[in-house]
Amino acid sequence: MAEPSGKKSRREFIAEGIRTGGLVAVSGALGSLATRAHSGGTVWQIDPHKCVQCEKCATECVVSPSAVKCVHAYAMCGYCRLCFGVFKDKRTGNTTTAENHRCPTDAIKRTFVEDPYYEMYIDEPLCIGCALCVQGCERFGNGSLFLQIRHDRCVNCNQCAIANVCPAQAIVRVPASQPYLLKTVG
Amino acid sequence: MRRALFQLTVLLSAPVTAWAQEQEKQPPPEFSAGYQPPTITIPGPRAELFSYLDIAILFGVLCLASYLVLKKRSRSDLRVLVVFSLLYFGFYRYGCVCAVGSIQNVTFAISNHNYALPLVVGAFFLLPLLFALFFGRVFCAAACPLGAIQDVVAQRPRRVPLWLEHSLGLIPYLYLGAAILFAATGSAFLICEYDPFISLFRLGGKVEIVTFGAVLLLLGIVVGRPYCRFLCPYGVLLRWLAPFARWRVTITPAECVQCHLCADACPFGAINPPTPAESRSRRSEERKRLAVLILLLPLLALGTGWLGYRSSPLLARMNPTVSLAERVWLEERGRVSGTTETSAAFRNLGQPNEWLYQQAAGIRKQFDTGAWLLGAWVGLVIGWKLIALSLRRQRTDYEADPAACLACARCYQSCPVEHLRLPPLAGEFYEGPA
Ligand code: SF4
Ligand code: SF4
Ligand code: SF4
Ligand code: SF4
Ligand code: SF4
Repeated sequence: MAEPSGKKSRREFIAEGIRTGGLVAVSGALGSLATRAHSGGTVWQIDPHKCVQCEKCATECVVSPSAVKCVHAYAMCGYCRLCFGVFKDKRTGNTTTAENHRCPTDAIKRTFVEDPYYEMYIDEPLCIGCALCVQGCERFGNGSLFLQIRHDRCVNCNQCAIANVCPAQAIVRVPASQPYLLKTVG
Repeated sequence: MRRALFQLTVLLSAPVTAWAQEQEKQPPPEFSAGYQPPTITIPGPRAELFSYLDIAILFGVLCLASYLVLKKRSRSDLRVLVVFSLLYFGFYRYGCVCAVGSIQNVTFAISNHNYALPLVVGAFFLLPLLFALFFGRVFCAAACPLGAIQDVVAQRPRRVPLWLEHSLGLIPYLYLGAAILFAATGSAFLICEYDPFISLFRLGGKVEIVTFGAVLLLLGIVVGRPYCRFLCPYGVLLRWLAPFARWRVTITPAECVQCHLCADACPFGAINPPTPAESRSRRSEERKRLAVLILLLPLLALGTGWLGYRSSPLLARMNPTVSLAERVWLEERGRVSGTTETSAAFRNLGQPNEWLYQQAAGIRKQFDTGAWLLGAWVGLVIGWKLIALSLRRQRTDYEADPAACLACARCYQSCPVEHLRLPPLAGEFYEGPA
């Protein structure tokens, strides 16, 4: 208030310039972001070929139960009667009893198709993404079970909390328009 | 001995692995009856349309906040808006993405050409800055969910001693520098990882972070908005821009009557007292000190820059690729026995070690430059703080510091001129410190 008016107006003039510049820059930046392709952003996804089934996906996700679920690529599946995704790898005795199930929440259901084939089906609300079944299927089976971040549950954190701890750096940003990295035959 | 044991386990496990690899995959069966396998469902992410809605709501909240703070001067209406933002941007949108974290996306998009900045993130980064240029920190007043949750708990704010306020006030600058370095090198999103309140919005999270958030909130009862003042890196950007605002918080709606009643009204220490008239000799003394400081500034920046450069290997180790490469290198040389979960995962991929070393070398180089800059930045910030402390601007009234004022509208009620403006009995209760 005590400043001479000349100084005041010069300062005000500079501020005016900065404000106008800011307005132009921001509108320009937002305009170019809006018109560019892929402005829809990215989501997080697990690369199933990198994942080593460390079991962290069950515990590290910020939503609980985890947004990571087991997904089944049916085209790769052998429809084994003794599915090692479903059962623990005991090779003697009665293997198909309930206490020999691998899944801690009993989320894998199997239904009889025809002799000797069974279809394995993931009951998604029960699955906690622990990857135990994936381990079994990777090691002893066709590798048709794998983990994926399910986008109906994932809240798309700016930094995925599982990606922070994933030992295989398997969790990557993918375009939101192609939000899954599915396993396919071959 | 250890080495021998390791080799023994390798030897023993070799046949097992071989057996697993030899295992024939079951060919997909050919079913006799017309069996149709189920299709894999792929539920999509949140529709893009909603992100436009988020932008529109942010814009609306910023406009409304500017109006309520600067034109209507109503704390009680603003409070409603604060609660709305807390519920919408905080609890409903899980506090993500927020303006504070968007700094990292912007940095990452600049340094990494494979990452395209999403429009919604760009808008969350730019709109609050633009509003700061015109209306001051109205984003902090009512739109930021992190600010909102602290604002709600700030019930018994006490004054923080000036020396402490100034020293703690340096932390956001360092945090900003570190966050940019780590985002630019693709190492981590520090701001997201250490966001104290996000676990509250999501109702779950890591124990350490939940504790950190709880401590900040408890502290926030007696120290107004501790995260905003002593941590928030986005606040630094707002601080730079807010002093250019065309319309900003003035404690009194008209002429100041020099009653000094507003002196303690701000819970965030953003009100500057009038400066005492200075003698001529003191002035010239201060001018000399200022000249020395300005001359010292480059030296200081150079020194801290060098220190930063020296700590580059240490910082680089926080990058997952670099630390993995170091581990694999040690394993290759036989300096350590066994594998870690991470190195085992890398071996599982079957990539050659050299490929990994090359990646790590590239990142280390980025860190060398980045750590130099970070160090120099720290020096500049400290130097500039010292200069700013000796650059006293003349004030005859109590004034809200445009850089630090969070536009919360609390101080208005302390001004008797404000009460003249309000219709009788319609005034709200004074909310400042008791
Ligand atoms: S954290 Fe990574 S390696 Fe572990 S199960 Fe999840 S995706 Fe797989
Ligand atoms: S074993 Fe784990 S990952 Fe597999 S279905 Fe059960 S809960 Fe899901
Ligand atoms: S982005 Fe968040 S919600 Fe989604 S999987 Fe990762 S941690 Fe879970
Ligand atoms: S200072 Fe930071 S955390 Fe606080 S309200 Fe402003 S942007 Fe939000
Ligand atoms: S509006 Fe007043 S009370 Fe609120 S932060 Fe600004 S100076 Fe402090």
